Amino acid sequence: MLALDKELLAAVADLHEIPQGAMNIRKNGQLLTRNTTANIDIVTKKDKPGIDIIIKEGTKNESVHIPVLLTETGMQDMVYNDFFIGDNAEVLIVAGCGIHNGGDGESRHDGIHTFHIGKNAKVRYVEKHYGQGDGKGQRIFNPETIIEMADGSYAEMEMVQIKGINSTLRTTKGTVGAGARLILEERLLTHGEQYAETRMDVEVVGEDGSVQVISRTVAKDRSKQVFYPRVIGKNKCRAHLQCDSIIMDNAQVRSIPEIDAQHPDAQLIHEAAIGKIAGEQIIKLMTLGLTEEEAEATILQGFLK
Amino acid sequence: MLELKNITYAAQDEKGKNDILNGINLTLERGRFYVITGPNGGGKSTLAKIIMGILQPTSGEIWLEGKNITDASITERAKMGIGYSFQQAPRFKGIKVGELLNLAADKDRKKRAYCETALRQVGLCTQDYINRDVDASLSGGELKRIEIATLLNRKLKLAVFDEPEAGIDLWSFAKLTETFSALHKDSDGTIVIISHQERILELADEIIMIREGVVAAQDAKEKILPGLLCSPEGCELGKGEKKYACIR
Repeated sequence: MLALDKELLAAVADLHEIPQGAMNIRKNGQLLTRNTTANIDIVTKKDKPGIDIIIKEGTKNESVHIPVLLTETGMQDMVYNDFFIGDNAEVLIVAGCGIHNGGDGESRHDGIHTFHIGKNAKVRYVEKHYGQGDGKGQRIFNPETIIEMADGSYAEMEMVQIKGINSTLRTTKGTVGAGARLILEERLLTHGEQYAETRMDVEVVGEDGSVQVISRTVAKDRSKQVFYPRVIGKNKCRAHLQCDSIIMDNAQVRSIPEIDAQHPDAQLIHEAAIGKIAGEQIIKLMTLGLTEEEAEATILQGFLK
Repeated sequence: MLELKNITYAAQDEKGKNDILNGINLTLERGRFYVITGPNGGGKSTLAKIIMGILQPTSGEIWLEGKNITDASITERAKMGIGYSFQQAPRFKGIKVGELLNLAADKDRKKRAYCETALRQVGLCTQDYINRDVDASLSGGELKRIEIATLLNRKLKLAVFDEPEAGIDLWSFAKLTETFSALHKDSDGTIVIISHQERILELADEIIMIREGVVAAQDAKEKILPGLLCSPEGCELGKGEKKYACIR
């Protein structure tokens, strides 16, 4: 594996070596390496690009890594990945895409991830997007995530985009069953002239289902962000949307949370705040010996952690 | 050790210029414990912020160990060994108590053991607090004690605590006075505490009274404290003014 591949893998999947357990590494539209286990199967789709990840009922303490690397300029990659998570399974899924665009062509990775989460299954999903390269080529991600949660299931989805992505439209759609709990965590940093738009549409259809959305974003330079989460309560349920943004320089942040109660026992809350870093936070860290730049970096790092 | 020479400070607000400090002259010696007291609005916190470099004086000079530091930045003063505990500490989303204490700590003290000691000194249990975020989930009193702990992890030439007792419950306050007392005994640094509390005034080697932007009195505790603890009518330093709240 090339040094550049390793660097991208470390950035998007915290992988410093080839991981243990099930994995599928895709590079420039081709399969680089794959491993399956007794409980987790990975099958290439026949009708379109992408894979099916099939996790057996009752699987415990296993993980699946499915990073994607784009290192050729002008590479346009589109994948459909379907996750079938069996009843009572407990699994960690690490996805993510690293783009290194050293040329002037547009590199683009669009993916549709669909999660079919079985009854009482527990999933933790981590997705990181990262771009680098000195070329003028645009680095573009348009990920779509679809989550279907059966009764009693639990899913924690952590979606992170820290650097180097010129343009992104991130769409998440979810259906939450009875007693199921969905946690969507988004962390986003945009800089330069970047544009990021997030749309979330979650319907709670089962009794006592719950949703928590936690979004923390930082907009620097002249970048623009639009955040549009929507939760619809169709049964006795709970939802909490929390959007926090730090705005800097000449950036723009629009936060438009929507809660839609279609049942008298739906309890839905949204909170949204946009503001700059408080001056006293910087001053406090400077009194501990940090420079102004170090203080700012420490505050942002903590906020996006 | 620290010398303030004719420090003035005027704030500009909607109503115009507001003189807060009107010529402060003060010398703080190495290893001494000073308590600065005086009526609200007298300029105590402004003076502390000028020492730390958070506010720049309108005129006057600040000297540390024979060096003029009037133009030194907050960061430079922190590195010279000046520390300041805020009266109202800021909160940080996503930064843990342990991380903040580690940021504060001197290089040789970036260890959990030092963190534990600093938290214990302010009456907090490490297990309960080290992994908590320094955010709105902490009460005012908890935040204040963590703020104080950020100074205890450092070997400072000059530690300034701005009203450390504010918002702290009685039981924790007793622990805090012991901590300040031990800090004075165990280090050769200079301690300055801005306070109105009799129990903190009693810890002082010297008491400094700041009123209307000037040093109204500075002397050994034994000489000043009895005058401060009289009734408002007969208080020599308060001159019987109602706005000056005596300690008793």
